[in-house]
Amino acid sequence: MRIRNLRSAAYGLGLLAAFCLGIWIPLDEFLFYLPDVQYLTMQHMWLTAMSGGLALLVAIPLGTVLSRPSMTKYAETIMQGLNVGTTIPTLAVLALSMSFLGIGTVPAVFGLFVATLLPITRNTYAGLKGVSPALKEAAAGIGMSPMQRLLKVELPNALYVIFAGIRTALTINVGTVPLAFLIGAGGLGELIFTGIDLYDPVMMLSGAIPTAMLAVLVDALIAATAFLVVPRGVNPNRL
Amino acid sequence: MIRLENLTKVFDTPKGAVVAADHVTMEVPSGEICILLGPSGCGKTTTLKMINRIIKPSSGKVFINDEDTSGLNTQDLRRNIGYVIQQIGLFPNMTIEENIAVVPKLLGWDSKRYRERARELMDMIALDPDAFLKRYPNELSGGQQQRIGVARALAADPPVMLMDEPFGAIDPINRAVIQDEFLKMQQELNKTIMFVSHDIDEAIKMGDRVAVFRDGKLVQYSSPDDLLAAPKNAFVESFLGEDRALKRLNLVKVREVVSDEIGTVEPGDTLEAALARIDDYGYQNSILMVNERRQPVGLISRAVARTTRGYCRDHFQNVPASVNLDDDLRKVASLMFAQDMTWLPCVDDDGRVCGQITQRAMTHHLGARFRTQEAEAAATTGEQPRG
Repeated sequence: MRIRNLRSAAYGLGLLAAFCLGIWIPLDEFLFYLPDVQYLTMQHMWLTAMSGGLALLVAIPLGTVLSRPSMTKYAETIMQGLNVGTTIPTLAVLALSMSFLGIGTVPAVFGLFVATLLPITRNTYAGLKGVSPALKEAAAGIGMSPMQRLLKVELPNALYVIFAGIRTALTINVGTVPLAFLIGAGGLGELIFTGIDLYDPVMMLSGAIPTAMLAVLVDALIAATAFLVVPRGVNPNRL
Repeated sequence: MIRLENLTKVFDTPKGAVVAADHVTMEVPSGEICILLGPSGCGKTTTLKMINRIIKPSSGKVFINDEDTSGLNTQDLRRNIGYVIQQIGLFPNMTIEENIAVVPKLLGWDSKRYRERARELMDMIALDPDAFLKRYPNELSGGQQQRIGVARALAADPPVMLMDEPFGAIDPINRAVIQDEFLKMQQELNKTIMFVSHDIDEAIKMGDRVAVFRDGKLVQYSSPDDLLAAPKNAFVESFLGEDRALKRLNLVKVREVVSDEIGTVEPGDTLEAALARIDDYGYQNSILMVNERRQPVGLISRAVARTTRGYCRDHFQNVPASVNLDDDLRKVASLMFAQDMTWLPCVDDDGRVCGQITQRAMTHHLGARFRTQEAEAAATTGEQPRG
């Protein structure tokens, strides 16, 4: 595990060095876009935060409810429905949400929210379902109420799997936000797509590099949170 | 005390109703261990789990200390019953201390009290509190984990414990150790315990009473000795195995069979006197020689006594083995077979000879139970109530 982490860190640093080299050469040209980059990065992060936050707020309770024994009958059907939802490409989802909600921030947030929902729901559901029946029986037999069982036993033991879902979902979310530009929600996609259209690699990279860095940053942040939040006894990274 | 009255469970399955427990009626007196024994699918686990409502009874009642539990809230009921399962079920996200303190916390104890209780329990199960309390379950061996599982069940000092094959997943050597530890703890704790097992040897070792189940019905409910001496029907008999008389050896102590009549000689006696005494007592091979503190020091064989002149102190053989009054007959039989002896001297805790135990006395003792049971069975055929 350690060695793999080291290797991927070295790989990341190498990439970063390559990026910096790219920036170094026409630095003043990049600096020209700095105010745009600052503004659009904020907008980008805002889109991620809103859609991702909403998805977290909906997906974790949804996955939890679906994993309850009383929902067993419907859970698989609903999960299948959500699965079909993810097979639709994000671009198509954005186009669809634009046709219902018009252009601007609202349809973009909605589209991103839909795309982010599934991985979190699925992992929450699978993580809770995967908690060993022996643990659940012990918790019940000891006299915990269903809510205590969920909060003290099931969720802590499913947390590692749930965090894996959040990590995947939010990383994909950050990488998908540039598409939101296409339905008028702004974000770093503005520089990327305009740069492509104008054959202006500096403009394009001014959007692409911060996007990539944001994705790496979000991934690292969530990994760090998981490391700290998942209890030591069930955290394979802390054994 | 646990009393079950007509406890019944019917499972609805696609293939129709399955009766997992059929009007089980039994009572476990306070402070006793009752083993529920039987092959898989006989209803023993279902019966156990209906007591704390992990499985909801279809009908029938459960009384704990004469209180009808059907009036109690499920969570309150469970918090007052210790529960140990085969898969142990320690919460991996909690430290050992947190695991042990789960029930006290649910009952609202303050942190000082449950911390003290955790340390006390660790001492009881012979694990060092300083070394273990802050660890996580996955850092412990299976045997250690199950000890913690037992400690967790005991944490709030419940009067009643339910144990579902608690030592089933532990290797045989550790299992025997944990069983012994548990019995020792039980001597002080005096809990009323229901214990599911499919291992007849475990049942005999652990149980004050054994309840044998078959197809959801309680077939026989008696003490281990009665069970082995007088199985009620062919099923119980075959379940106990053909060597069931030998299993009884475990249950009988030397104290119950020992004869205090034993002829001995002292080192200062002549071999002539020894021979005379061998004949007086009708011994076949040899007589025991004791020192002035009546500790066994040697054997004078008949052949030597007859053919040699001199004193006993110059012509004795070593005593191959002696047994303590609290040893069980299984050990005695093993020593006799190993040493090719038909009798062994018995000593008390100070090592003084207090009698002898013979093969004949052992077989007579075991056989006596079978003979009286057969006579009783013949007298009361068909009158035994069914559980």
